[in-house]
Amino acid sequence: MTGEVMSQVPLITVVTFLPLLGAFLIALTNPGRVRFIRTVALVTALVDFAVCVPLLAGFDVSTPSVQFVEKHAWIDAIGSSYHVGIDGISLFLVILTSFLTVLSIGASWTSITHRVKGFMVSMLILETGMIGVFVSLDLLLFYIFWEAMLIPMYLIIGVWGGPQRIYAAVKFILYTLAGSLLMLVAILALFFIHHGNTGEYTFDLLKLYGTAIPGGVELWLFLAFFLSFAIKVPMFPFHTWLPDAHVEAPTAGSVLLAGILLKMGTYGFLRFCLPLFPRVSLQAVPAIAILAIIGIIYGALVALAQRDVKKLVAYSSVSHLGFVMLGLFALNTQGVEGGILQMVNHGISTGALFLIVGMLYDRRHSRMMEDFGGLWKRMPVFAGFFLIVTLSSIALPGLNGFAGEFLILVGAFMKNAVFAAAAAVGIILSAVYMLWMFQKVMFGEPRDGDGEEQSAAQKHGSVFFDIGARERWILVPIVVLIFWIGVWPGFFLSRMHASVDALLETVRNANAAPVESVEEAASRGLPTLTRQLMHGGEEDSEGASQGASQEVASAMEPDTQADEGGE
Amino acid sequence: MLEHAWLILALPLAGVAGNIFLGGRLGRRFVSALSCGVVGLSFVVSVACFLELLAMQPAQRHFERHIFTWFLSGSFKVEGTLLLDPLSVLMTLVVSGVAFLIHVYSTGYMAGDSGYRRYFTYLNLFTFSMLTLVLGGNFLVLYVGWEAVGLCSYLLIGFWFQKKPAADAGRKAFIVNRIGDFGFALGILLIFRTFGTLEFGEVFSGAERLFPSGSTLITGIALLLFAGATGKSAQIPLYTWLPDAMEGPTPVSALIHAATMVTAGVYMVARCSALFVLSPLALAVVAIVGLATAVYAASIGLVQNDLKRVLAYSTISQLGYMFLACGVGAFAVGIFHLMTHAFFKALLFLVAGAVIHALAGEQDITKMGGLRSKLPVSYWSFLIAALAIAGVFPFAGFFSKDEILWETLLRRGPLVWALGAVGALMTAFYMFRLLFLVFHGTARHEGHVHAPPFSIKLPLVCLAVLSAVGGLVGAPLLFGRHFVKEFLSPVFRHVNGHVAAGTHEAGAGHFVVSELSMAVVSVSIAVLGIVLAYRFYVISPDVPQRLKERFARLYSILFNKYYVDEIYDTLFVRPLVSFATALWRHVDALIIDGAVNGSAFLVETASKVSRRLQTGGVQNYALSIVVGAIAILAFWLLR
Amino acid sequence: MPVGVSHYLAVSAVIFAVGVAGVLLRRNILVVLMSIELMLNAANLAFVTFSRASGAVGGQIVVLFVMTVAAAEVAVGLAIVLIAFRARETTDVDEMNVMKW
Repeated sequence: MTGEVMSQVPLITVVTFLPLLGAFLIALTNPGRVRFIRTVALVTALVDFAVCVPLLAGFDVSTPSVQFVEKHAWIDAIGSSYHVGIDGISLFLVILTSFLTVLSIGASWTSITHRVKGFMVSMLILETGMIGVFVSLDLLLFYIFWEAMLIPMYLIIGVWGGPQRIYAAVKFILYTLAGSLLMLVAILALFFIHHGNTGEYTFDLLKLYGTAIPGGVELWLFLAFFLSFAIKVPMFPFHTWLPDAHVEAPTAGSVLLAGILLKMGTYGFLRFCLPLFPRVSLQAVPAIAILAIIGIIYGALVALAQRDVKKLVAYSSVSHLGFVMLGLFALNTQGVEGGILQMVNHGISTGALFLIVGMLYDRRHSRMMEDFGGLWKRMPVFAGFFLIVTLSSIALPGLNGFAGEFLILVGAFMKNAVFAAAAAVGIILSAVYMLWMFQKVMFGEPRDGDGEEQSAAQKHGSVFFDIGARERWILVPIVVLIFWIGVWPGFFLSRMHASVDALLETVRNANAAPVESVEEAASRGLPTLTRQLMHGGEEDSEGASQGASQEVASAMEPDTQADEGGE
Repeated sequence: MLEHAWLILALPLAGVAGNIFLGGRLGRRFVSALSCGVVGLSFVVSVACFLELLAMQPAQRHFERHIFTWFLSGSFKVEGTLLLDPLSVLMTLVVSGVAFLIHVYSTGYMAGDSGYRRYFTYLNLFTFSMLTLVLGGNFLVLYVGWEAVGLCSYLLIGFWFQKKPAADAGRKAFIVNRIGDFGFALGILLIFRTFGTLEFGEVFSGAERLFPSGSTLITGIALLLFAGATGKSAQIPLYTWLPDAMEGPTPVSALIHAATMVTAGVYMVARCSALFVLSPLALAVVAIVGLATAVYAASIGLVQNDLKRVLAYSTISQLGYMFLACGVGAFAVGIFHLMTHAFFKALLFLVAGAVIHALAGEQDITKMGGLRSKLPVSYWSFLIAALAIAGVFPFAGFFSKDEILWETLLRRGPLVWALGAVGALMTAFYMFRLLFLVFHGTARHEGHVHAPPFSIKLPLVCLAVLSAVGGLVGAPLLFGRHFVKEFLSPVFRHVNGHVAAGTHEAGAGHFVVSELSMAVVSVSIAVLGIVLAYRFYVISPDVPQRLKERFARLYSILFNKYYVDEIYDTLFVRPLVSFATALWRHVDALIIDGAVNGSAFLVETASKVSRRLQTGGVQNYALSIVVGAIAILAFWLLR
Repeated sequence: MPVGVSHYLAVSAVIFAVGVAGVLLRRNILVVLMSIELMLNAANLAFVTFSRASGAVGGQIVVLFVMTVAAAEVAVGLAIVLIAFRARETTDVDEMNVMKW
């Protein structure tokens, strides 16, 4: 019964656009009514999170197919539709997004004091954008969400950020745009190639899966997508926007940046790169794995050199995301599931770290380690939370970080023991820099700040008064999740199995299938593509059938990856 | 009771939760009662399990319990498994028993500390973790306990976090352990790739079935696992954290850094004996590292002046003996020594704690002396423990250490034995050096000596009794039965085939001496060490000073612990830090970000040039429109 | 010699050229505006010519639109000129170049 009722409600649409509704409501409010605005934002985020519960409850673990699908005609002329849904890969990312948004709004309750209205509107629009990215099954729709989400984040960094906020915001948006424009080109190319093959104009992802792409072109399309996602992840050496953006963004911005935005990159690899370009993906494994390992070790080492807590956490993200990439490109069940789990874990742990740094910043207005020390004595409850989050970040068994990283290592080890061993060095280093930071901040003799903080100090007896109920309630759910995922990762893994296996099956089949020869690929793919780009693609019912028949007849040449750029 | 073995773990965990959520409101009495109570109950359950196991046929003494499926991802399946067999139950008894005594001791020792609740929370968490380590039925559950005890060690070493040395030492302990765990984790991964499972039973039987002795793969696994053991059990080259760990409260040193946690490596090697016996190379490495550590750490212990650090080096040395035993294939003996060592070393530390407590924090033995009459219980306990560790008949250490040396002689020949004996000599010497300096002679300290409370004395007495008679359970010459060996034999049954063959070879060429005469030899060695110490520190106290001046260089090497900390610092720590800084300053900021900002600069420069075209004059724009239009027209017309 | 389509177009082209020349060469903004009107009317002439030649009325309708647009353009243009003159006291286009980089 309930299932039927559920299926009547367009849950995905509600989850996606409810925040937008809240933003609209806030936009109509008088900017002076700060309390009301905050409440509306929080309630919207909470309701949105609540809507995720039926998503989780109604999720069918047995099927790999996309669920809660909604499909409506949108821009018929170019075959783009409003097509959304979730599967085992995106399910937890959607929930994580709405979860972290609630916490971020809670964390901004007192720390954002000017332009509250604009801030909350940005946050809610951002949420819509982020969820939209994870649920889109139409490339054009995906691209729109992907870009739309940049704007509120740009504003959040640029308006409510630290002293270097403009530089950071511009760097963030230019970096990301540079990548995503290439992706747009690749999307269009894919669109026309698919039309060339089948005569159908469509941006529907599920239809585009399995599009036969001529070898050389596949490489270029893969690279375009790769660049866009690699910047977002960020993979070494495309990571330098991250420390700046993280450091300058307000707490809520950092949380969502680390917790969700980075996941879009890894999610993109999983959802687009792997199934759309399975053959090139397989060939790219060594290169990506090496980049990932460089990222793991490099990020950890650079984190070690930091004196700014937020920067340290930012570089640690580079390291952790390296793990995720390594897992995804292990291309086996353990690696991919570990990778997805680690995406969620990183969102929780690093999000929590940023929340914690934010709480420290609220008290001392500094992020430098040397300005802290001995906080355990002043803030024992806070210390407990901080400790658990730190331990989760250094992958202590029984906590969430371990569940993800160990699965990744298992997956990587099955693929290549040397890679796994190199990556495991990152686990040692993570202990080095995290415990160093923890010691600097929490241990030692307590010291208090001076100057502007003195009024707060007089009020509470110290600048470093322990966390109150609001802050506690922000951290409690995080700690619960840290233990939950650590002790019972099966709950999460079981919901991924079907989708992940199906995905890996796709990659495997594509690589097992016969591959067309260079000549045929050249005779069909490239000219068709160029002709269509020139003439708006109008000439081709004939070309399409020709292409299709050629594909059927294509010979079993072993390798087509030879460069076709020269012809 | 075996069905309810989970209680052994659940009780301390409940203690942790109780301390966190209720301890603040209900006060110290509650914390003490809860913490000691749960561990005590845990011990009771362990005893019940032990008795039940004892009642079974030896071959049936194996009970496994899957609690839940922890990981399931493709072929990677890990259960939360509890395993009760003679080895794990014996360990459980030792761990929960000693832990209980030390909990009781701590209620007295920590009474004045402001972090009382935090302390007991950690201590309960440690007990839980250590028991998880011991009871885990597969490698991953073991690993959970393994890392969790490391965490507790970190927290408890750095318990007085206001002191920088304590915080540093805690961090060092964790990181050095992590380096070992790196090997351990890779070993686990290799096991999974090789056997497709992490359950102990399946892995060990698979190893026996599928791999011949000396297989490279098994050697690799064994060595990786042993790398983990060197970290946790403070063996060369990863032992440096343990002396520093003495910054923690003394009961912690007794529990974690003497009796239980540091022996986890020995337990793990013994648990994986099925793998180690398949690899003569790995066994040799274990034996060599163990022996080297035993002698090396003992030599450092000879000259240290910090009461607890001497004990720490002694612990390292004794752990070396345990590994030596494992390395020669006498796993049961290694575990036996682990057990007796837990009694007497915990006792030594607790007495040290009582002394330090009595002298209000003084740890330098050169500033002690003459405490015999003021702290009689401590004195007699220390004496018993020192006799035990020195290996004097009939105290506990005699039986286990003598047996290790005997097995070594039997299987590795006289040279190895001789080195082991030198270590034993040094052990006896530095132990009685401590005894004489602390309790005999004249008082070199000022101020009042506090009498220890009952809660401190009780554990001392209990452990003293155990140290005195605990070895009898492994005294074949007295009872005709070696209870420990017999009890453990089902666990190590596969060992006999492999190692017995080796024994035969090695033993054949050497002179055959009866175990009894060797026992006499080892007691004589111990007595020699004691006599030397007596001569040096009681009869003519100026001898050490003269020796120190005569062998100044050797002395300073020993006193500075062979400068290993400094060497590690120059070789690894500093280069790592400067490399990291260089990466950040040069690669990240200069090269990568330089490229990014450089491209931005290029765009800016280019636009600065090209914007000159934007004259602002309408007619210029119009002209370019016209020119453009004409050009396009021309193109179309002339094409 | 009958006056044919090409003659009309020639006239239209000449007027257009005069207009272009005026826009490009004259300095007085009022003259420039009037030159633009010339160009528009040249286009009108061409429209009417083709309309007449092909017999379709569409061209003539477009002319009406163009005239409307031209009127609107003159109105806006003159308004701008007026404002600009008030601000800068000149009608020389060379001096109205504040819209540069």
